Parts: sequence; C-alpha cells; structure tokens
Amino acid sequence: MDFLQHTFMQRALIEAVLVGGICAVIGVYVVLNGLSFIGAGISHSTFAGVGIGLLLGVEPVLTALLFAVLVALSIGAVSEKSRLRHDTAVGIFFAATMALGVLLIGLMKDRYVDVLGYLFGNILALTAADVWMSLVMAAITGGIILALYKEFLALSFDAEVASVMGLPVRKLHYLLLVLIALTVVLSVKSVGVVLVSALIVTPAAAAWQLTVNFRRMMLLSLFFGIASSVAGLLLSWYVDIPSGAGIVLTATVVFFVAWAVSPRRRSPSPPALR
Amino acid sequence: MSMSAAIEFRGVSVRYDHLPALENISVSIPSGSFWGIIGPNGSGKSTFVKTALGLLTPYEGDVRTLGRVPADLGSLRARIGYVPQYAQLDFSFPLQVIDVVAMGLYGEIGLFRRLTRSHRERAYRALDRVQMREFADRQISALSGGQRQRVLIARALVVDPSLLILDEPTAALDHGSAEGLYDWVNRLHEEDGMTIILVTHDIGVVSQYVDSIACLNRSLVAHGRPRDVLSGDSLEEMYGCGAMLFGHGDVPHMVVSAKDAGKK
Repeated sequence: MDFLQHTFMQRALIEAVLVGGICAVIGVYVVLNGLSFIGAGISHSTFAGVGIGLLLGVEPVLTALLFAVLVALSIGAVSEKSRLRHDTAVGIFFAATMALGVLLIGLMKDRYVDVLGYLFGNILALTAADVWMSLVMAAITGGIILALYKEFLALSFDAEVASVMGLPVRKLHYLLLVLIALTVVLSVKSVGVVLVSALIVTPAAAAWQLTVNFRRMMLLSLFFGIASSVAGLLLSWYVDIPSGAGIVLTATVVFFVAWAVSPRRRSPSPPALR
Repeated sequence: MSMSAAIEFRGVSVRYDHLPALENISVSIPSGSFWGIIGPNGSGKSTFVKTALGLLTPYEGDVRTLGRVPADLGSLRARIGYVPQYAQLDFSFPLQVIDVVAMGLYGEIGLFRRLTRSHRERAYRALDRVQMREFADRQISALSGGQRQRVLIARALVVDPSLLILDEPTAALDHGSAEGLYDWVNRLHEEDGMTIILVTHDIGVVSQYVDSIACLNRSLVAHGRPRDVLSGDSLEEMYGCGAMLFGHGDVPHMVVSAKDAGKK
C-alpha cells in the first residue's frame, strides 16, 4: 500500500471511486435506453467546451460543463423534432465539435496545452480543486438519480405509458441527457473525453450479462465501475501505463468475462426502445 | 359535449409531418360501453387511441376524454388503464412481473416517492385479476406471449381504471389465447362496468363481445352496432369493414376509396 503515501494517489483513488461509480450508474440507463451513441456524442463534444475554456483562460471544466449541457439539450431537440435520424445528427455533432476543439486549441500557439490529458485523461495529475469539483458533480448527479430512480425506470421501459400516467416524460428524457453530460464532464480530467463513453457503457453492459433484475443490475454495474477504475489505476501505478487506458481496458476485460459466463449471452446494447 | 361520454371526438384531424393520419373524426363513446375499433394497418386505429390519451395532439377539432381535454386530465389519469401494443416494448428488460405491474402506480405515487408495501399488495391483487400471481417473481423475458399480455393488462388494472384501452392485445396470441383474453376483458366490462376500447383487426371474434364497432380508414368509415356495421346496406361500407374479416395485408388497402362512405 506504499502508493497511499502520495497525495496524488490519494486524490486519484477518490476520483476513481467517484468517476467509476457515477459513470456505472448513469450507464445503466444509457444502455437500457439505447443511448450509447448519444453518450459518445456528448462526451466528444465536451472537447470543444474544453477548448473554449482554455482559449478564454477560464477553468475548462466549467466551460465544458456549459457546452456539454447545451449539446445534450440540442441532441434531445434534434432527435425529437427533426426528420434527421438521430444517429445522423449525433454523427455530425460528434465530428464538428471535436474539430472545433482542435481548432480552438490550435489558435493558442504561444501556450503549451496538454491535449492528450483532455482526450485520454490523467487521473494522476489532479489538483485538490479538481477532486472537489468532481465530488460536487457526483453528488448532484447521484442525488438526482436516486430521487428519480423509479421515474427513470418507467421512462426507460415504457415512455408512452409513463406519459399516460402523467409522468413528465419529456422533461425526464432531457434531464437524463443533462445527467449524461454532467457525468462526462465530471470524468474529463481523469479518463478524458474519448474514453469516458466506454466507462459509461461497459460496466452496465457487463452487469446486464449477469442479471435480469434491475436493482441487481444497478448494484453490479456500480461494483464493476468502481472496481475497474480502482484496479485500472493500480495497474497504471505498478505497470506504468496511462491511467485512462488502464481503467477502460480493465472494464472491458470485466465485460468479456461477464459475457463469457453469462447464462443468456445478451447483446451488449439493446435496440432503442422508442 | 355530453358528460356521459368516456371519449368524444368532434371533427378531429391528426397529422404526422403534414401527412393526414385521421381526418375529420366525430364519434362519441359512452361510458360503460364496450367498443371495438377496427380497420386495416395504417388506418389510424392507434392514432385514434393515442389522441384520446393525449399522446398526440390533434391538428384540428376537439377531443374530450372523461369530459376533459386530454392534456388537462390531471388526477383523472388514474382512472385510465392503457395497454399499448405489445411489440413496442423490450421484454429483455431486467424486470420482474411484479415490478412491471407496480409501475402502473407510479403516476399516482408521485415524483420522488418510493413504493410502499400497500402499493405492492395492490400490484399482487391486480395480478390475481389476470390469474398471474404465481408468476409475480418471474422475469418478464421468461413469459409466453399470452402471459406478457396479461402482465401489461394487470399494469393497466392496478389503478382500478374506469376506462380501459387495449391496442391490439391479441397480436402476439394464438387463436385460443385470444378468445380467452376477450372473454376475460368482457367480464371486466360486464361485472365491473368498465368502459372498454379494444383496437383490433380481429373483427370476426370481437363482434361477439362489443356493443359497438367503429371502422376507421383514416376517416370514420362506419360505426354502430356490430350487426349494422358489418351488414350495412352500403356496398362500400360493407367492403370497408367486411374486407378486414379476411385478415390484413394488401387486401384492405384496396378499400381506401371507401373512406368517405360512412359520413352521414
């Protein structure tokens, strides 16, 4: 346990638990609602938000938060109103916002920017303020999910009947997209915009291989998410590999083990429900 | 509009992206009646019930459900049970039967609150009504088509509705189970006085149970007692609904020209 002597490792461990846990919980709804691609779209778009912050000299996590929420709401509106298929819309957002991020960062020729850090994360380089910010976002996201647990479940299984019962289905759908955005931004510094969508989808998909009970799926996903994050972090400490990659690859190994022993061999992502 | 109508449409038209799905529908479905809504695929049957439920907003015309505009149903929502088309749900979802049935109470329980023991008991009682209590802990993916359908009906019944709307409830059932389901829905109508609206293609069987039939083909082709609708004098009327006796598929599309025949 020698690694615990280092402040940066203590921070990294706290962050791994927060990020792994929240990603895994929101991931259950992402997987069951068939929103995996939308999750990837929101996370990649965050890169442009980071670029804006760096250019303006504002904390990039804050501009990323505003930008990601805006993109989440836009994706929601486009998939609701437009005749464009929503995967097409996400495909366009995805690349355009990445390009915007690259462009903005490219404008800052006089400064060194750790682009790789934002793309792939560096959980070992967090400041105390970073961890506090993650803690606040995790508390908000986790609190909302806990409070609206049954509403999100009804939305995911049968949005139409939920609407007939008088649940605010539209608002819940948008709220879910905003929570995905919050989760992504919370994870930006530790696993990066490219890898975070894997950390959202993979533990939930692994859990779905092993249980057919919603509560158990939630708890298993939470366990897989936290365990993969901590294990990946330790792996990167002992073997000296990039932490984001270590975390995501550990989660992927967990998924394949779950898939191999699954009684049902369910597909990693169900068809869209609506 | 009469107070005793469970559902009332006046000159209602519904469009999807400018394409008409329902045109100028006027019909009044009295409380306590058992109506069958029939028509070929794409004739607007589901659109009709979704409009009545407030899931779709009409382009023109007035809709009243239980005497109110659907968007303002408020607490009256708890008096409506809706069984949507079976095929639009994903039964690989990680849920047990009792969870699905209890979901019918979520609107009543309200935001942020949790299920209590008494909610669960009500869910068990709803399962009793569809003779499915012994399956309460079963995974929904492990049920047969008929059992899944009954679970969805239990979810609709758990609030004790006065209006029950079923959209193609027999689509996934074999002939025997379908007849069992009709028998059983008919009992809800006769014993509990529930208003039943049943969307189906299965007009041959359904005409034994329902008080009235509405035949839709974008507009209301005909409505009235099954005997009158199905043996109407108008040849076009006959064709519009009668063709559906032989099933669905390509045949009913030939009857689109009959769409105005039923207007008085």
